[in-house]
Amino acid sequence: MKKIEAIIKPFKLDDVKEALTGIGVIGMTVSEVRGFGRQKGHTELYRGGEYTVDFLPKIKVEVVTPDNLVSKVVEVMASAAKTGNIGDGKIFVHPVESAVRIRTGERDEAAL
Amino acid sequence: MRIGSRWSWRLGVCGLALIVALAGKALSQDKPAEKPADAAAQAAAPAPPPKPDPGGTATGTIADVPAKEAGKPTLVEVADAVGHNRVAINIMWTLITGFLVMFMQAGFALAETGFTRAKNVAHTMMMNFMIYAIGMTGYWIMGFALQMGGVGALGTLGGTGVLDSEFTITLFGKEFGLWGTKGFFLAGSSYDVAVFALFLFQMVFMDTAATIPTGAMAERWKFSAFFIYGFFISMITYPLFANWVWGGGWLSTLGKNFGLGHGYVDFAGSSVVHMVGGVTGLAGAMVLGPRIGKYTKDGTPNPIPGHNIPMAILGCFILAFGWFGFNPGSTLAGGDLRIAVIAVNTMLASAAGAILAALYMWVVYGKPDPSMAANGFLAGLVAITAPCAFVSSFWAFVIGAIAGVILCWSVFFFERTMKVDDPVGAISVHGTCGAWGVISLGLFADGTYGDGFNGVPSTVKGLLYGDPSQLVAQIIGPVVNFGFIFGASWLFFKLLDATIGMRVPRDVELEGLDVPEMGAHGYPEIQGPPTLVHGMGALGSARAQAVPARVVAPEGGR
Repeated sequence: MKKIEAIIKPFKLDDVKEALTGIGVIGMTVSEVRGFGRQKGHTELYRGGEYTVDFLPKIKVEVVTPDNLVSKVVEVMASAAKTGNIGDGKIFVHPVESAVRIRTGERDEAAL
Repeated sequence: MRIGSRWSWRLGVCGLALIVALAGKALSQDKPAEKPADAAAQAAAPAPPPKPDPGGTATGTIADVPAKEAGKPTLVEVADAVGHNRVAINIMWTLITGFLVMFMQAGFALAETGFTRAKNVAHTMMMNFMIYAIGMTGYWIMGFALQMGGVGALGTLGGTGVLDSEFTITLFGKEFGLWGTKGFFLAGSSYDVAVFALFLFQMVFMDTAATIPTGAMAERWKFSAFFIYGFFISMITYPLFANWVWGGGWLSTLGKNFGLGHGYVDFAGSSVVHMVGGVTGLAGAMVLGPRIGKYTKDGTPNPIPGHNIPMAILGCFILAFGWFGFNPGSTLAGGDLRIAVIAVNTMLASAAGAILAALYMWVVYGKPDPSMAANGFLAGLVAITAPCAFVSSFWAFVIGAIAGVILCWSVFFFERTMKVDDPVGAISVHGTCGAWGVISLGLFADGTYGDGFNGVPSTVKGLLYGDPSQLVAQIIGPVVNFGFIFGASWLFFKLLDATIGMRVPRDVELEGLDVPEMGAHGYPEIQGPPTLVHGMGALGSARAQAVPARVVAPEGGR
């Protein structure tokens, strides 16, 4: 099992969700986050004065999948979230030790 | 589901049938009713049957003139009816425009709250809300009496002349009116319809002035200090200056006494209302000092964006709507048809102010800044308030356009040079552009209106139309305004600071004033502890955009 964690542009969330459900991913967790990467922040203008917004709003999508699906999920996520412009985000893959489905008590891959 | 929808369908049909049946019955009742009435008329010729007047041309006839012998009023009875109607139209006009001006309080509340941060919304709203109540109370107790107690007979309102007592001093052999001494608590001889109509109208004007400083002093002013201030401005500073200009006081008699045009003329209050508010805000903002994080240590200003531009712009539109009461209402006469010119001048100046402020920001800074354009819109309105009755539409547009640019310069002057932190631009909109408004009257008044204004025969003319002395009076006014209002307000705020304190503690300001000062967040769902954050459905919401990191964790300050 692996957890795939993607930081994406907020307006790309629907595309990513549809692409993932299209390849059989049946669950995901989404959160509002803020941060910066190589893009850094950006500047805005208010009443004639510039200011820097360091932490840009992004969406974090977390998906846990069986090992055999990982490369497919990463590939689909990357293509769905891509605009080609700066600030498209990043994808991280972490190992997951175990999983429990709370209602049924099923464990590990059966719990996904 | 099917049964439910079938039942609602049946109910609808039943309802329609009922309406048709009732209407049919009503029609059938009307028709036969006419025939017996006609027969009766032929028999005894009493009163004709009541006929409806759908066209409206037969409603309101000689029969409606109150007379001892119905339908045959005497000349005196006709004249009484005419006089009563004239005053009725004027009192109606004064009250209805006063109601419009009252609604400007809502505009101020939205504009000021939109231009400040989400963590202070409850506090900013509460100031804008409570000033209405506090100011009105103070004005009823004594403000109105000081302002209008010596105004004399109110011609357009059918004045009984009960407000006839002005305290004056004699200088250079001339009388200088300083304040009125009748009308406290609207009691005694001021229990009079004309006086009450005047009170309502003047009260909402005073409250407009009183709510302006809350914008300049927002996000750091202690509510207890604000509370006391509400009585100070409504009972002392505003009424005194208003007496000098509108209550028969010494600025209004500069013409009669010293030959300076028509004396100081401020038709609807560029200075009496707006400059008083702006200058009071300047004194207060200087005593308070800038918000934490507004200036870095080397003195360069940091933008602190308002949390809700739509709210602020909605507020500005409400203000512009209220201005149709503010300026045309200041005739105190619905029968004074100059109101058409005044209303058009008012809207033209606002358009010019908005366009010029937006264009200025666009050209100089690259974007037509919404908050500055909204300020420019108001700047045009503030500037045209004094001259609205005396200028042509061309000059109204020019006055508004110049106000739009002066507004931008003034905002940068106070922010960058004076280091005065004014979160909403109130000092520039109301103070600077208020002064420009009264001066512009002295330049562009075209002599088509104002015969007998302030007791001086002939119409009001500015420098361009041949009366330079009017311009002199128009310069004396704002100088006196600034000297008196700034001096008195600064002393008052310093006194408050030394006694109960003007400013909230640093940690309160950083946390936001809502909970420490008001007891609750204005927006609990986005400001509470993380476990209470709802609204996660609004992914990528404006909230994240509206709170730049530097403002969340500010450094420096005063």
